Amino acid sequence: MAKKLMKGCEAVAEAAIQAGCHYFFGYPITPQNDIPEYMAARLPKVGGCFLQAESEVAAINMVYGAAAAGARCMTSSSSPGISLKQEGMTYLAGAELPCVVVNMVRGGPGLGSIQPSQGDYFQATRGGGHGDYHPIVLAPSSVQEAVDLMHDAFDLADIYRTPTMILADGIIGQMMEPVEFHEHEARELPKKDWAATGWSPESGRPRAIVNSLYIEVDELQELNDRLQARYKIIRENETRAELYHTEGAEIIVCAYGTVARICKSAINLCEKQGLKVGMFRPITVWPFPEKELAAVMAQDSVKKAITVEISAGQMVEDVKLTVNGTKPVEFYGKPGSYTPTAEEIAEFIMKSREA
Amino acid sequence: MQTVFKKTPILTDAVLHYCPGCGHGIVHRLVAEVVEELGIQDRTIAIVPVGCAVFGYKYFNLDSIEAAHGRAPAVGTGVKRTDPNRVVFTYQGDGDLASIGAAEIVHAAHRGEKITTIFINNAIYGMTGGQMAPTTLVGQKTTTSPYGRDKDHCGSPIRVAEMLATIEGSAYIERVAVNSPANIVRAKKAIKNAFECQLAGKGFSLVEVLSNCPTNWGLSPVESMKWLEENMIPYYPLGVKKDITKEV
Repeated sequence: MAKKLMKGCEAVAEAAIQAGCHYFFGYPITPQNDIPEYMAARLPKVGGCFLQAESEVAAINMVYGAAAAGARCMTSSSSPGISLKQEGMTYLAGAELPCVVVNMVRGGPGLGSIQPSQGDYFQATRGGGHGDYHPIVLAPSSVQEAVDLMHDAFDLADIYRTPTMILADGIIGQMMEPVEFHEHEARELPKKDWAATGWSPESGRPRAIVNSLYIEVDELQELNDRLQARYKIIRENETRAELYHTEGAEIIVCAYGTVARICKSAINLCEKQGLKVGMFRPITVWPFPEKELAAVMAQDSVKKAITVEISAGQMVEDVKLTVNGTKPVEFYGKPGSYTPTAEEIAEFIMKSREA
Repeated sequence: MQTVFKKTPILTDAVLHYCPGCGHGIVHRLVAEVVEELGIQDRTIAIVPVGCAVFGYKYFNLDSIEAAHGRAPAVGTGVKRTDPNRVVFTYQGDGDLASIGAAEIVHAAHRGEKITTIFINNAIYGMTGGQMAPTTLVGQKTTTSPYGRDKDHCGSPIRVAEMLATIEGSAYIERVAVNSPANIVRAKKAIKNAFECQLAGKGFSLVEVLSNCPTNWGLSPVESMKWLEENMIPYYPLGVKKDITKEV
């Protein structure tokens, strides 16, 4: 298929539809409005349903209902709206329901800005709502990667019966890039025999009860044990990362999303000055690719890691947990919406080497 | 031997956890009987609330979904929109529907969502131990209005049925009570009308059921029925508030 120039949000929406998502519930918020707008135009034409909810809270609960009925469904929002969806996210996790949530992150806290940010990393990777749970979180660094990850996001959600998040940002959502929609290898997915679709004694299955209430201590333990066992499998099998010039590097830059692309330019600038710098880019931020980063950092050539984020330093905690004190880990970045330039990052790297 | 009465198979054999004399059991039975009579068990999904009816999924012999507090109409919307052939009802109390879920119920009605809501108004929060609800009557004592509800401090009780009847998307809205055999018969008829309205695809339907809470009202079951009749019905008049099938 020929490449097409598309805006990130629209490309993400089209990729979701091509992944078989026919139900979208959302609420307007900048900078992700092109997703619901695209869905509103396209879904009725493919026999699906787009519905603008009265709030983000209602939208995520509509997703909960559609997912409970066994449908492939999604919602999208941006930071303040994602905060409102956290109640629904923890219920989805507790009721073991699959769905996809897209967060085109903007600056915070509070109403913040409408420019890109990476300030929602903690919220996304630590669960975000109450209780012990994790959504799977995929962090694309280009429009093409966002498109490619959409299908995986739905499949992972179905396989592990968990909400899955696409953690992008305002730049990915708003910029236009050439994209290609690939045919996806059809994975074998588990049957949704737990879905509430209507039951009678003749249905040949137990009555479906979609629920996250377990009032007895041992019953709630059973749910939590099941979730934690599943998270262990996800941690073991689903980590993904991109390595860039890491072999024999002296400094490893850790960055995800759009910032990772700026870091590549910064690394190229450093390399011109003779410094060997590599980059470690997590594609899954939960599960964090610990094994992959540990292997990179274990090289004798590597002296330190520098994590770069548009935040006060969030992913850097996962990097530090992985490196576990064996080598220094530094941080470069600012909270809010300031996107650093390649030159600024390169300067920090060069100075850090001299220090 | 002739069978003159049989429990509807749309209720399971689970023992209800409701307090003695509580109206929830009556309303559960009415809803279940209507589902049985309409022959829609195999396509009906129950959306149960947070509140006293939180364990509704144990009692309705139907595929059931437990919603977050107040969100049942949004959850029901999600189910219905994925397959309009399904019959969806939410079963909600007054804290769930009229307080934390006010936005969800208003907008479900506003969209003309083809679902049915059974709304239990007992003028109090039952499950959490008798706090003030949006429907608590002026002067009524609860654990969070220990001196009686003061309307200057926290407003007057919400008349949900009347409010929702003003909304274009509402197709059938009726208020009933379960304080006497005659009213229970009327309540069942209203519930059936509401489900039939959904089956005909007319729009949103809701039955507000005035019910009692002997435990948190501090009354015996018999006294509570009397209290309902003397205090709730005058403020919450019974009757059909909207029925588009009757409008010319």
